Amino acid sequence: MTEPDNSALIKQVPFVDYLVLGEEPYLISNECNQCQARYFDRRNACARCFGDQFTKVKVASSGVVTSFTIVEMGPVPYVSAVVDCDGTPVRCTLIGVDPTPEKVQLGMSVELTTYSMGEDSEGTEAIAFGFTSAR
Amino acid sequence: MGSEDIWILGSNMTKFGKHPEKDVLDLASEASVAALRDAEMTMSDIGVLGVGNLMNAGAGIGQQLQKQIGQTGVPVFNVSNACATGATALRVAIMAVKAGEADVGMAVGVEKLAGAGLLGQRGPKPQSETWEPSGRFGAIGSTEGRIGTNIMPGVFAQVGMEYGHKYGGTSFELFARISEKNHAHSTLNPLAAYQKRFTLDEIMNDVMISYPNTRPMCSGNCDGAAAMIVVNDGKKNSMPAEVQKRAIKISASVLTSDPWEEGCQILPDVNTLTRNAATQAYEQAGIGPEDLDLVELHDCFATAELVHYDNLMLCEQGGAVDFFESGAPWRDGAKPVNVSGGLQSKGHPIAATGIANIHEIVMHLRGEAGDRQIEGAKVGLAHVIGLGSACGVHILEKAA
Ligand SMILES: [Zn+2]
Repeated sequence: MTEPDNSALIKQVPFVDYLVLGEEPYLISNECNQCQARYFDRRNACARCFGDQFTKVKVASSGVVTSFTIVEMGPVPYVSAVVDCDGTPVRCTLIGVDPTPEKVQLGMSVELTTYSMGEDSEGTEAIAFGFTSAR
Repeated sequence: MGSEDIWILGSNMTKFGKHPEKDVLDLASEASVAALRDAEMTMSDIGVLGVGNLMNAGAGIGQQLQKQIGQTGVPVFNVSNACATGATALRVAIMAVKAGEADVGMAVGVEKLAGAGLLGQRGPKPQSETWEPSGRFGAIGSTEGRIGTNIMPGVFAQVGMEYGHKYGGTSFELFARISEKNHAHSTLNPLAAYQKRFTLDEIMNDVMISYPNTRPMCSGNCDGAAAMIVVNDGKKNSMPAEVQKRAIKISASVLTSDPWEEGCQILPDVNTLTRNAATQAYEQAGIGPEDLDLVELHDCFATAELVHYDNLMLCEQGGAVDFFESGAPWRDGAKPVNVSGGLQSKGHPIAATGIANIHEIVMHLRGEAGDRQIEGAKVGLAHVIGLGSACGVHILEKAA
């Protein structure tokens, strides 16, 4: 797989560099060539097997909620969750779901979605990701 | 653990809570001097000093403490290891004594936290005019709330919820009942920051911090210090009979960090390193979880206590809910857990915690725990975990 190329989208920036924008946005990870452990940040060597060769791989865009909490300390409650995306755990905020224990369930199916965070002074739009109930 | 045994001869903790009139050094000095008195020693006996204080990790609190209570020129190790800082200071003292570099070591943990608010929370970054990627994820803003949460109550809430997803049986009420137990226990501990008994309704209807943890289900930031003096066989045998009689044997002393596990980059894995530490500790001590008369474990949140029943092998794998439902971890149950009140009500002055939980075990094994004494206690385990992660497990035994 080639390096993600966000340069064509000069008017948009992803919230984090492991979110790849485009028609179908997706998350990308650094996968260890030796043991296939995946990392969202760069590693000098694999924390699992110490191999130092990595390949960028696409992470599945749908998964199952394996843990969550509803953070109620700020002005607006939100759901923090761990989603198992076909074997790759992803941390995210659940969006488009009522932040109540009645609406958020362990084991629920969710999928990746993106939304605009607004534009900066140069007109560049920032795009963030979240997971939402699968259709 | 080698041929030579290590003993605790002196142990003390200050009252946990708010100490507006005392600074870090006052608190550290209070615990240290009391521990020395408990061991019938002075600073001239101490050959090595391990000191933990997380909030001023670069300040050389160990040397500052020496200036308060006695400068003898012995080596000082100032340590910092998140919530396991106190246990790490003790490990340093134990290692030095075991290595034969000193006959007597002192470990001190101290923290001033009252009013510090919830830890792990960061203020908003100054907003620039344009989106500027920064940090290891090239994030253009704070990830808190945007990509889940990093705050402690949220992380540990997810640790408990993950257990529920894996094994089932958890609920908001179950976690609240764990908290109910610890608050009930604390009413018998005069050194606890909070000694108020809460009803289950009060706990569940209190302010929600991070579901399913309400405020009383979170450990309390507070001030406090704890100190401990450890010696080798030779030193112990040279002490007066009444000091030797109160000696407590350290049958196991273990510190682990987290090995790689799938998903540990997403949600800290507090389970594997705790299980590893427990396994090593049981092996070192030559005893099993069934032999423990009491356990002090790191209930920084009610959700954390549940998973550690399992990690410390107090129950079968996956059986933590049944273990709690059986009543075992109540003080009159089969396996009393956190009879001190735990971090939720005894309080959690971070660097003091890892020594204070061992102090609690010492008190019971000596038969000096007063109203909360677990009758006939002979063996106890103390566990502490600092996110990042570091896990300390100590197993103590009453002298034969
Ligand atoms: Zn690898």
